[in-house]
Amino acid sequence: MIEVSNASKSYGDTMVVRDVSLRFPQGGITSIIGPNGAGKSTLLSMISRLLPMSAGTVTADGLDVTRTPSDVLAKRLSILRQENRIPARLTVRDLVEFGRYPYSKGRLTPEDRKQATAAIGYLMLEELADRFIDELSGGQRQRAYVAMVLCQDTDYVLFDEPLNNLDMKHAVGMMKLLRRAADDLGKTVVLVLHDLNFASCYSDYMVAMRDGAVIHHGPPDAIMTTQVIRDVYDMDVEIQEIQGRKISIYYT
Amino acid sequence: MPDTKRLHPLHVLLILAVLAAGLIAAFMTIGAKGRWDFILPFRGTKVLTMVLVAYAVAVSTVLFQTASQNRILTPAIMGFDALFILIQTALIFSIGAAGVANLSPYLVFALEVLAMVLFSSILYRWLFSGTSRSLHLLILVGIVFGVFFRSLSGFMQRIIDPNEFVVLQDRLFASFNSIDGELLAISSTVIIAASLVGWRFLRGFDVLSLGRDAAIGLGVDHDRVVTVVLLLVAVLVSVSTALVGPVTFFGLLVANLAYQIVGSHKHRFILPAAVLLAINCLVGGQLILERIFAFDTALSIVIDFVGGLLFLALLMKGAAR
Repeated sequence: MIEVSNASKSYGDTMVVRDVSLRFPQGGITSIIGPNGAGKSTLLSMISRLLPMSAGTVTADGLDVTRTPSDVLAKRLSILRQENRIPARLTVRDLVEFGRYPYSKGRLTPEDRKQATAAIGYLMLEELADRFIDELSGGQRQRAYVAMVLCQDTDYVLFDEPLNNLDMKHAVGMMKLLRRAADDLGKTVVLVLHDLNFASCYSDYMVAMRDGAVIHHGPPDAIMTTQVIRDVYDMDVEIQEIQGRKISIYYT
Repeated sequence: MPDTKRLHPLHVLLILAVLAAGLIAAFMTIGAKGRWDFILPFRGTKVLTMVLVAYAVAVSTVLFQTASQNRILTPAIMGFDALFILIQTALIFSIGAAGVANLSPYLVFALEVLAMVLFSSILYRWLFSGTSRSLHLLILVGIVFGVFFRSLSGFMQRIIDPNEFVVLQDRLFASFNSIDGELLAISSTVIIAASLVGWRFLRGFDVLSLGRDAAIGLGVDHDRVVTVVLLLVAVLVSVSTALVGPVTFFGLLVANLAYQIVGSHKHRFILPAAVLLAINCLVGGQLILERIFAFDTALSIVIDFVGGLLFLALLMKGAAR
């Protein structure tokens, strides 16, 4: 279980994340939502030790993320950020095989290669496996990175806006894939999402942030109400139930 | 050049190694008049020096580029060359050319290496222990220091005796012609020791090229590996500069040539390829310099001209990856 206690992050006098305490449920998909600048990505970066905290602690399975050796943590928790550098001279397969680094330290065993092939298959990237990363479209590249993260085979998988750059079809495909990863592979998936309706349709749990603080959290049914959404976004949004799912109508 | 798209990195390495061996053999034997028992040790020392310097420059440039995730920067930008020039200038400025000539070369060598390693370590430690961990800030500070050192040297060079300035100018050109065997042995030991430390991180370097976040996500202690890289670079550049003078000019060339022809992201292929290319450059360049131009030009001119043409040809061919 990922547990955040009293986590804060400040740059000078500005508090970006203030005193967040939260237990992420084990298993399933948890989405973090909130307006721009709410501190969602910062919180995710602190959970995944990419960013040092100003105060507080984060533990994953009882391991303090700031004190546990990075390579031990890399077998439990993986993260995919929104911007990734695009290295040249790297094929999709090379990239995915990097996911095995925590286990093999760069000396790939046949088992590692099998895992990489499986991850490539899971993301349906077989035909692109030998293409170079910088020759792919944004969506294909995103899938390649997701394959790398799945190849890392960790219990906790964190994504910072995984739907960036994806069109409708690929966005739905990505969410279905994460759903499968949670259901079939038993992963605990934590996402930062901008699209409320994707969060509502695919999450088991939602965390709403505003001004660096968590102001609501609960199952989608509890979060997807006009009242809560107004608290979070300062917007009056109509929530309708369409085919058994809560959908927010916020376009007009 | 061979068609690089179909060649396995190991074959590229093999070709480069054969080429290097051929050039070294040519360098040792062409134009040899006189006793072999004099020529072989004399030219052998030169070749060893060139191999050592080629190794230091190639490895330091590739690692520096990996750590900074930039294919254009070289360690020279961190002010190493400028610091070397400053030390030399300050020495002549304070105790005069005669005084420097009387100093033990070992003392001067140790002083130069120590000053350069110390300077870079303090710079790195200071920048990495604070809240700001930006590599770009580090490089920027390095550039500013470089400019500062150069201005300081320029100032001193303007006010010293013109005769002493000529002596100084001679010391500031890279030269493989008067290398002390003992110094060479000391340098080799230091460089081999530093390389053994870096060897343990060899596969971690590959991960660094994915960027900081991805590297940490994969369990690489990014700050530690980058610190190791920067210290390694500091030692390699300092030792080679103290041995023969400022030679970092061809690092950029061999590193980028290596990326082009190896076609792999793995440092276990890129590093040896860059080293072999550097050996080819230095030995080949020196051969041309000695046998064709009869020492009438500078090594950097030969290498930059031939290497630059080769690099352009590779780019135009579109073999680039």
